[in-house]
Amino acid sequence: MFPPIPNPSTKPATPKFGEQDLMRRSASSVTPPAQRQTEVAKLIDVSKCIGCKACQTACLEWNDLREEIGVNHGVYDNPLDLTPASWTVMRFNEWVNPETNNLEWLIRKDGCMHCEDPGCLKACPAPGAIVQYTNGIVDFVRENCIGCGYCVKGCPFNIPRISKVDAKAYKCSLCSDRVAVGQGPACAKACPTQAIVFGTKEEMKKHADGRIKDLKSRGYKNAGLYDPPGVGGTHVMYVLHHADQPQLYSGLAKNPTISPIVEIWKGLTKYAGLAAIGAFAAIGLLHHVVSGPNRVSSEDEQNAKRLAEGGSR
Amino acid sequence: MTNSWTDIKNTDLVVIMGGNAAEAHPCGFKWVTEAKANRGAKLVVVDPRYTRSAAVSDMYAPIRQGTDIAFLLGVINYCMQNDKVQWDYVKTFTNAPYLVKEGFTYKDGLFTGYDESKRDYNRSTWDIELGPDGFVVADDTLQNPRCVWNLLKAHVAQYTPDMVSRICGTPKDKFVKVCEMIAETSAKNKTMTSMYALGWTQHSKGSQNIRCMAMLQLILGNIGVRGGGMNALRGHSNIQGLTDIGLMSNLIPGYLTIPTERETSFDTYMSSRGFKPLRPNQMSYWQNYKKFFVSFQKAMWGSAATAENSFAYDYLPKLDVPAYDVLRAFELMHQGKMNGYFCQGFNPLMSFPNKKKLTAGLSKLKFLVTMDPLETETARFWENHGEFNDVDPSKIQTEVIQLPSTCFAEDEGSTTNSGRWLQWHWAGGTPPAEAKADTWIMAQIHLRLKALYQKEGGAFADPILKLDWQYKNAGEPTPEELAKELSGKVLETVTDPSDSTKVLLEKGKQVVNFATLRDDGSTACGCWIYSGCFNPAGNNMARRDNSDPDETGAYSKWAYSWPANRRILYNRASADINGKAWDPSRKLIEWDGAKWAGYDVPDIAPGAKPDVVGPFIMNPEGTARLFTRGMLRDGPFPVHYEPFESPIANPVAPKVRGNPVARVFKGDMEQFGDSKEFPYAATSYRLTEHFHFWTKHVQSNAAMQPEFFVEISEQLAKEKGVKSGGWVRVWSKRGSIKAKAVVTKRIVPLQCDGKTVHIVGIPLHWGFTGAAKKGFGPNMLTPYVGDANIETPEYKAFLVDIEALAGPVA
Amino acid sequence: MKTSEIAPGDEVHRGNPVTVDRYTAAARVNHWITATSLVLLALSGLALFHPSLFFLTGLFGGGGLTRMIHPWIGVVLFFAFVGLFLRFWRLNLWKSEDGTWMAKLRDVIAGHDENLPEVGKYNAGQKMVFWLMSILIVILISSGFAIWDQYFSEYTTIDQKRVAVLIHAVAAVVIICVWIVHVYAAIWVRGTISAMTRGQVTGGWAWRHHRKWLRELVTSKR
Repeated sequence: MFPPIPNPSTKPATPKFGEQDLMRRSASSVTPPAQRQTEVAKLIDVSKCIGCKACQTACLEWNDLREEIGVNHGVYDNPLDLTPASWTVMRFNEWVNPETNNLEWLIRKDGCMHCEDPGCLKACPAPGAIVQYTNGIVDFVRENCIGCGYCVKGCPFNIPRISKVDAKAYKCSLCSDRVAVGQGPACAKACPTQAIVFGTKEEMKKHADGRIKDLKSRGYKNAGLYDPPGVGGTHVMYVLHHADQPQLYSGLAKNPTISPIVEIWKGLTKYAGLAAIGAFAAIGLLHHVVSGPNRVSSEDEQNAKRLAEGGSR
Repeated sequence: MTNSWTDIKNTDLVVIMGGNAAEAHPCGFKWVTEAKANRGAKLVVVDPRYTRSAAVSDMYAPIRQGTDIAFLLGVINYCMQNDKVQWDYVKTFTNAPYLVKEGFTYKDGLFTGYDESKRDYNRSTWDIELGPDGFVVADDTLQNPRCVWNLLKAHVAQYTPDMVSRICGTPKDKFVKVCEMIAETSAKNKTMTSMYALGWTQHSKGSQNIRCMAMLQLILGNIGVRGGGMNALRGHSNIQGLTDIGLMSNLIPGYLTIPTERETSFDTYMSSRGFKPLRPNQMSYWQNYKKFFVSFQKAMWGSAATAENSFAYDYLPKLDVPAYDVLRAFELMHQGKMNGYFCQGFNPLMSFPNKKKLTAGLSKLKFLVTMDPLETETARFWENHGEFNDVDPSKIQTEVIQLPSTCFAEDEGSTTNSGRWLQWHWAGGTPPAEAKADTWIMAQIHLRLKALYQKEGGAFADPILKLDWQYKNAGEPTPEELAKELSGKVLETVTDPSDSTKVLLEKGKQVVNFATLRDDGSTACGCWIYSGCFNPAGNNMARRDNSDPDETGAYSKWAYSWPANRRILYNRASADINGKAWDPSRKLIEWDGAKWAGYDVPDIAPGAKPDVVGPFIMNPEGTARLFTRGMLRDGPFPVHYEPFESPIANPVAPKVRGNPVARVFKGDMEQFGDSKEFPYAATSYRLTEHFHFWTKHVQSNAAMQPEFFVEISEQLAKEKGVKSGGWVRVWSKRGSIKAKAVVTKRIVPLQCDGKTVHIVGIPLHWGFTGAAKKGFGPNMLTPYVGDANIETPEYKAFLVDIEALAGPVA
Repeated sequence: MKTSEIAPGDEVHRGNPVTVDRYTAAARVNHWITATSLVLLALSGLALFHPSLFFLTGLFGGGGLTRMIHPWIGVVLFFAFVGLFLRFWRLNLWKSEDGTWMAKLRDVIAGHDENLPEVGKYNAGQKMVFWLMSILIVILISSGFAIWDQYFSEYTTIDQKRVAVLIHAVAAVVIICVWIVHVYAAIWVRGTISAMTRGQVTGGWAWRHHRKWLRELVTSKR
């Protein structure tokens, strides 16, 4: 058993991290603290997951969210997708393994991956609406969110959702409020099979190694850890039986990166755009200084008068 | 469970068959993942559907619902044919060597003594031969053709892999693979655990399903050992407690039985409950029956139960039928013979078969009282909810009284989990509005009834007037008081017969455990198996020490496990005839030359010599039974019987329909459909997102699985033009439902007896009250027949037809 | 056949100086609605475009309101511009002299109007501004709808939104540059602004910059 995080004390505790531990802040520059906090991570072992959705309900409960009661869509997925209230959903895929001809029901808990290089934060135009702590948690700060949805475009995993009610962006916070007082995320707490465990990133990688060995011994030769380098690694990782084909798990991105379009938009365009605007304004000014105004001369007026009065040709 | 949830981590092989632990018992399933992750244990799932348990299994084999016995007898046959038997265990700890009485035979699906008109057997030949000394006759060489082993061998011989595949639809290669995996655990250092639930019980032969696996586990030597056992996963957090406390019409707490009307005196009652040992020196623990019974009577009637009045034996009701089970109760309502019904924490309108018949029965009642924290469908059976409950309230005269009660989180007390652990819990909140604890409600009813009897008198009022009711607040006994009463106390000081100054039991004190109970009226104990849960050491159920020396999974200081805080039943069988553990790495208890000791409380007298006293102390033989004598109504060995509604005729007994001795009420036989009219094999089950009909009242659970659906294979969907997410109608001989369709690869058509059998899966959980979308229950469709022994309804196998529907349901 | 360079309302008035009606009151109102919208769009858009300009959201009552208002202003701009377009498109069609004018861009920049061919109501530069604005506004409104998530989020995929947001940003930069050219030209070429304020220009202004237009007006008046 992965040692469970002990129950919290009832005494008030000072948060383990806060404003002073930011390493990125949307639309602002911050000076990261000299000492980075130990990186944390949540490990989701897909091979242990029974798709019970306890994590989904725990998430609703802890974050005091109300998901609407929908309908059946012909699948077990409910809600069918992430919503502003459902920050995590189970995704079910029925796949017949061509090698064994056996059915495999691949169940993946979807939610924010807490990228080391978060695309949402990069895209966000509102100062401080998205922050990244030095322990790796990427959090949305509701008061600062303007609901523009740029985070949706920035995210390589299609995670953030904009509420129709208050027009703010919502996603998993990795229970930053719980982690700050030494607890693990609510989903990990609720998971009956320890398919979700939480700890330092190093511990999680080590735990994953053991799991991968076990899976390999059961014939899953491509078992592996999903910690995609394209986004600098993530603070939510998966153990997959078929790590060579993450897309089998309801479209988990194979090589996720921040979209090059977003990179251009938030990189080159941002600077080149302002430069162009500035250049145009400057050239105008310069032109005016150098060549002076283009004035109508009295001769022109005379010519016009003559023309109007029918004199000139 | 013979073992505990935590013990599952010790296993090498988990077989989930007749259950779906990952979905229905996700928290307990934790221990399966522990065994897999830390021991490299394998998980085998045998189920008509590829379930969420199957999703994390190492091996999945499909099976047609209602054919588990054929499958398991096939596995037993495989083990016998391939010498995969734990021989030392079988020869010494089971009745394999005993000779069966002459005259016992089996032919064409029937045993000796069948009477078709009574749908019953004369079971006189179904027994072990006793010698002139009154002890069993055995052939330890297993050569005698009439010994249990050879009869069993002959009995299972026809269940070859081909026959199993023909009956069950399981591909032969998959069946053989499962056999190989199971057979491996016949080694002394390998164990297998069997996890099952309603997938085995809800059949007309449910008891035999379980027995069949128990026999296999005995043959493999997997009973009484760490990581082994027969582990019934109870569906409700306290349903184990319900049976322990005997909340059944034919039981007294602790699996004692209510007298029948033929047992008019205490002596006649006791004469059939003597349990004289059938082998020399055996414990035959039921010899203590009288102590438990008398102590129970004392707990009930206190000083009114005296030796002179046979401890108030006459106060007990006497049964005129085997049992007043729920099916019978509704049958009696239907006949107009039962006219009042108390329905406590129970929603029969959704939980019992043939909803139409149930509604008709409830409509004939004079009054119905419901005690429930939720607005159940039963309480609202008279209310029109369109097609979901299409009744005419103006035609129903039943007076319904709803008494709102507290839910588990609002009161204190203990619940007993599947592993027999009595775990105390404390109130986490206050009950809303007028809700009252069930104990308050029942005490109030009792006091009012008593007052009425006192005032007006009545026929035989003594059992009520003289009921022992010594609670501090008569109007509301506390959970502690009730727990103490169940655990038992000393009524009269008992001294050592040889030394009268030595006090053995001091008056007024709680008893230590059931070993101190007496049959002379000097002790009282409400439920002997619970005795010790609240003893002089205090409330043991409230213990929360999770230390576990050597990580055996026993957790002996956590809560209290009945009986006597024993964590693994029959644990004496974990050691060989010399008292040494079969597998030293899985030591449980061992004989140290003078006594039994180890990690668990020995399930045998501490000084009982290993080569003399057998481990199965509840049986007068001291051994486990591969041949069950006359204990089960439908056979001393299990036989494959088809469900009453089956897509094929029984290949091993074509003339027999269903279980030949299952009770069928008049008129219900005509309500069974056949495969011509209803070609598809349906089954009902639960989903992990919901708990029965409760959580549909909870917003977040309802959001997880909002709407009623049925599941079918891609092949059947194609045949019927059904689209996933579209609407379908499903109907049986007894009713019709509409549902969303989930078209899935997880259900595949099976080839059974040369015929393609399509399976229709119908989850329950939806009704016409609560937060989730209104829906139907499978009990609109299910047949009104139960298990031949305990009347659990046949929910898991019935026939339906299905069609695509164009539009949405209203 | 020679197409007319005259729009309805254009008229020469004799006097000293000669005045020429260039824009009707309706056209001017229409223009200023468009202009105001464009400025507000630029301000609110830039606020969300670059963090250093986020303070501009203060003008609109904060980030959330800026995000909410911006697309609506865009809608206003679009319809206002449609009005302008319908008024102006015909006279902004490309003519042969426009090529010559363009070829002499050096003279244009130097203010040597005397070296330039006579042009109608609009010169090639103005026409380019007109057409660029037209095209850019269509691009902006359509890419804008693709990222107007409050109402239209489900009509596009995230990949499409990403492309749209990039196009929107680039187009916005270009339109702001075009706008700068437009505004600067109006300032640099003295006497221009009155066309959009009072609706009139002087005859000399028309003679100098739009002689063909002036000639036609005079001719038509006879």
